[in-house]
Amino acid sequence: MQQSPMIQAQDLHYEITNHDNQIRILSGLNLSVENGDQIAIIGSSGSGKSTLLSLLAGLDVPTSGSVQIKGAAFSDLNEDGRAAVRARDMGFVFQSFQLLPALTALENVMLPLQLKSHPRAEMLSLEALDKVGLSHRVQHYPKQLSGGEQQRVAIARAFATQPSILFADEPTGNLDSATGQMIIDLLFNMNKEAGTTLVLVTHDIKLANRCKRLFKLDNGVLLEMAQV
Amino acid sequence: MILAARLAWAQTISLWRAGALRVLIFALILAVAAITAVSFFTQRIESALNQQGSLLIGGDLAILADHPIPDAFADRAKPQAILTTRTYEFASMVIHGESSQLVEIKAVEPNFPLRGNLTIGQHANDIGQSVQRAPQLGEVWVEPRLATLLNIKVGDQLQVGELSVAVSAILLREPSRGGNMFSFAPRLMMNAADLPATQLIQYGSRVKYQLLLASSPAQINRYSEQVKPILGRGERMDDVRNARPEIKTALDKAQQFLGLSAMVSVVLSMVAMLLSSLPYIKQSLNTFALMRCFGTQQNTVLQILTIQTLIIALSSALVGALLGFFAQLGLSQLAGSLFVETLPSVTLAPVLIGFLASIGMMVAVVLPHAWQMRNLSAMNILRRDTLVQPLSAQAKFLPAAFVMVAMIFWQARDVNIAVSTIVAMLALSLIILGFVYGLTYVAQKFLIITPKSSTWASINLGIQGLKRRLGLSTVQMIGFCMGLMVIMLLTLIRGDLIRNWQASLPEGAPNRFVINIQPDQIDQVNQFFIQQNIQDAAIFPMVRARLVSKNKQLINSVKWEDERAKRLAEREFNLSWAAQMQSDNKLLAGRWWQENEYGKPLISLEEGLAKSLNIHVGDQLLFDVAGSPLTLTVTSLRKVEWDTMRANFFAVTPPGVLDTFAASHISSFHLPIGAEESLNLLVKQHPNLTVIDIAALMQQVRGIMQKMSQAIEYVFVFSLIVGVAVLYAALVATREERVTEATLLRVFGASRKQVSIAYIAEFACIGIISALVASIAANGLAYYISVNVLNIPFQFNLSLVVFSTLVAAILIPLAAWLGLRSFLNIAPRQLLNSM
Repeated sequence: MQQSPMIQAQDLHYEITNHDNQIRILSGLNLSVENGDQIAIIGSSGSGKSTLLSLLAGLDVPTSGSVQIKGAAFSDLNEDGRAAVRARDMGFVFQSFQLLPALTALENVMLPLQLKSHPRAEMLSLEALDKVGLSHRVQHYPKQLSGGEQQRVAIARAFATQPSILFADEPTGNLDSATGQMIIDLLFNMNKEAGTTLVLVTHDIKLANRCKRLFKLDNGVLLEMAQV
Repeated sequence: MILAARLAWAQTISLWRAGALRVLIFALILAVAAITAVSFFTQRIESALNQQGSLLIGGDLAILADHPIPDAFADRAKPQAILTTRTYEFASMVIHGESSQLVEIKAVEPNFPLRGNLTIGQHANDIGQSVQRAPQLGEVWVEPRLATLLNIKVGDQLQVGELSVAVSAILLREPSRGGNMFSFAPRLMMNAADLPATQLIQYGSRVKYQLLLASSPAQINRYSEQVKPILGRGERMDDVRNARPEIKTALDKAQQFLGLSAMVSVVLSMVAMLLSSLPYIKQSLNTFALMRCFGTQQNTVLQILTIQTLIIALSSALVGALLGFFAQLGLSQLAGSLFVETLPSVTLAPVLIGFLASIGMMVAVVLPHAWQMRNLSAMNILRRDTLVQPLSAQAKFLPAAFVMVAMIFWQARDVNIAVSTIVAMLALSLIILGFVYGLTYVAQKFLIITPKSSTWASINLGIQGLKRRLGLSTVQMIGFCMGLMVIMLLTLIRGDLIRNWQASLPEGAPNRFVINIQPDQIDQVNQFFIQQNIQDAAIFPMVRARLVSKNKQLINSVKWEDERAKRLAEREFNLSWAAQMQSDNKLLAGRWWQENEYGKPLISLEEGLAKSLNIHVGDQLLFDVAGSPLTLTVTSLRKVEWDTMRANFFAVTPPGVLDTFAASHISSFHLPIGAEESLNLLVKQHPNLTVIDIAALMQQVRGIMQKMSQAIEYVFVFSLIVGVAVLYAALVATREERVTEATLLRVFGASRKQVSIAYIAEFACIGIISALVASIAANGLAYYISVNVLNIPFQFNLSLVVFSTLVAAILIPLAAWLGLRSFLNIAPRQLLNSM
């Protein structure tokens, strides 16, 4: 029996109203991502990349169209329903790291696990931090860590929950090129090890080419491209 | 300057519209309202004392004494064309039919009062007419309260001592009476010429004699200078400037309490202002940096900031003072009548105080940032991190801390009280910090053993939120705790302490005092005790004496700083004698006399009195007993249990020492229920006997305490409201952080319910800890007062703890929830950014 795609977006439209003007962000977008795929979405600033990512992650709902996760309706669910799927299946890495400043590195990694009352939250978190090479910094606060170290904590947090899908939104956007490269290597290695489906939003072509599939978002339309 | 003013005004309006100033201004208004409400109230009483001094005396000058005033004073006034009149005030019983009532009799000469008027009417609700005369011979005027107690009306007959008099009017207003705090029994006014016929003033009667004088200020000044040097022991002079010193003393204490209560609001308001000033300062920095970019001079920027500060301070002060004015109406209604009969109108002085306080508080909040802005350059619009070194937390809070401390010292008017207040606030903060750490630790451990559910996880997240925002959480808890604690303490004092004290009295403890028993009445009084089966009711003798010297050194009341010592040095003592020491006395130093020492000139003193006057065992004391000298040697010091309600004495001699002096007698006993009529009959037969109903007196004291504590609670309501402002200020200050946190949690899969539970748990903890600390502290203080001050058993008030904790645990999270729920509607996608 053919397995359902991990992520299936069908005829996605997304419009916003700004001072009585209808602005179309996405127009009839279709996307199918199989289990274990690594896809990159590129596009110019304001092309709707973050909007698409937010729809795929259930952080927002489309004006029309649908998103399915593992063959089950996703965009039709209410906010709490979508949150439940995110808790079960998704991990996130953000451009601005999004670590809580009042929590230590370990506490930040434990947070998504604690929300699910995971019995081995601390153990899994320590393991994840070890994998990103920060086991000696577990009690440090974000302000005591460099940008690269903070993003490594964020990566550890994303993988600690063993998600099926990892969404990475400009993960190297706030880092210098050397650190960014290190982060990307770490991200892809951990992704490969975990066998997670990766959806990466970036403006960096070189980074995008590391993914198996490449998509370009232009005028609200998504086109698959060959590797550049 | 005009440009700066225009820009400052425009910016203030736009900041207000943007919501950046609301909590700050709200907190400032409340602080000014609290300060001005108290200030208006106390200033009205002060005005009454200052401007209406002559009304409060009933003349321009008063000479007061505890013995008949020598004629020399009046004789000296007559040739100077100074008007004089005499009054006599004392407590006694009046009888109507089968009922008797303790009253404060004021016998006045026909031309009383010399200044001001009395208001009399036909019934209590009468508008009345102003008069400047005394009741006619054979007539009396009674206060409405007395008319109600004895169920009498105009035209009825009353028995005053041996004299039967007619009630010819209801005395509606007597300005020289003072407030309810200073009158423990209702007033009866009579003509002084009727006094001898009543035969009420006998040996041992405690009478306040007054000679009132009125004339031009120059004449009065001259007269008082002449008379001051010849004032004897037990005599004093009150002029319009220091009229009714007892009211002034009570007012000073009230000013202290109420002022400090208002200071709690001020301190909390400053905290709220500091927290809520952050968005205001941030927006201002942005605006000013942009202006510098566009070419505005640095001086202009600082001018704009200064004018903006003044606009906010002055407009808040205006609204706050208006609010304070209306608030003081409530205060005056609650407690004004305790001090004086009628309060004059307000003046504008408290408004000025409010304005000054408002400016001071605003400057303290803005100053650190103004200091930071002095080197603001156009560069800062591009690179915020090139701004002058960010201020340390200490530097930001230092001016505010200075203003808070200064205001506490200003209101306390006493270094010890100010320091105690500050130390108490710091101690409270530390206790709350301890609770927070303890609770978060327990919650962490508790989570391990609780069932694995998202609800418990959310609750733990909320509790850990306290620790994440430790400073802010502590400040919010202090805000609620202070207001709650004082209100609870006052509730305990008003209700529980007095109840516990009364309950601690043994069954059959004396509930009546009888004074002014003459020697020829002792047998009848004893007969009454036997008839009523009243046991253990001894009759004690009393001889009035004045302490002249100790170890040949004259006792001069002026040299004592302690108020109590001054009073003791001035007043007459009641010497008694006894063969045995009373069972409720305990010997602390020296020894009691033997039988073979009866008749020897020895004396035993109460320890408190001895300590106040610095008297020790072995000292020789010279007394003046009705003009005769009597030297006694101190042989012992005693501790007296005054609250057993039994008759006790500061000074006791052996039998046989005071036999040659005239004495009156006193007794205390337990009157059984149903024996009231017999007692009335005894008083009817011997009208000079004065019976004090202790229960009625306690009721009066309770009434006064209730009003005063309600007044303090009234002021503390401001601090509770400000506590809510602190809560909202903290929410404003942490809004960005909380939005990010809540959104992140939802991105990670937390439902809105989970996020809500976390926040409700956090604020429920704030409420619970605040209420727990407040109620435990209130109970602790009440315990201290009970055990160490009042020597009565203490009962922990658990219901107060439970009730206040429940209420706080519900209301505070509810209030916070109303401010937080909009966070949950922010779409999580706002966290995603692309370049």
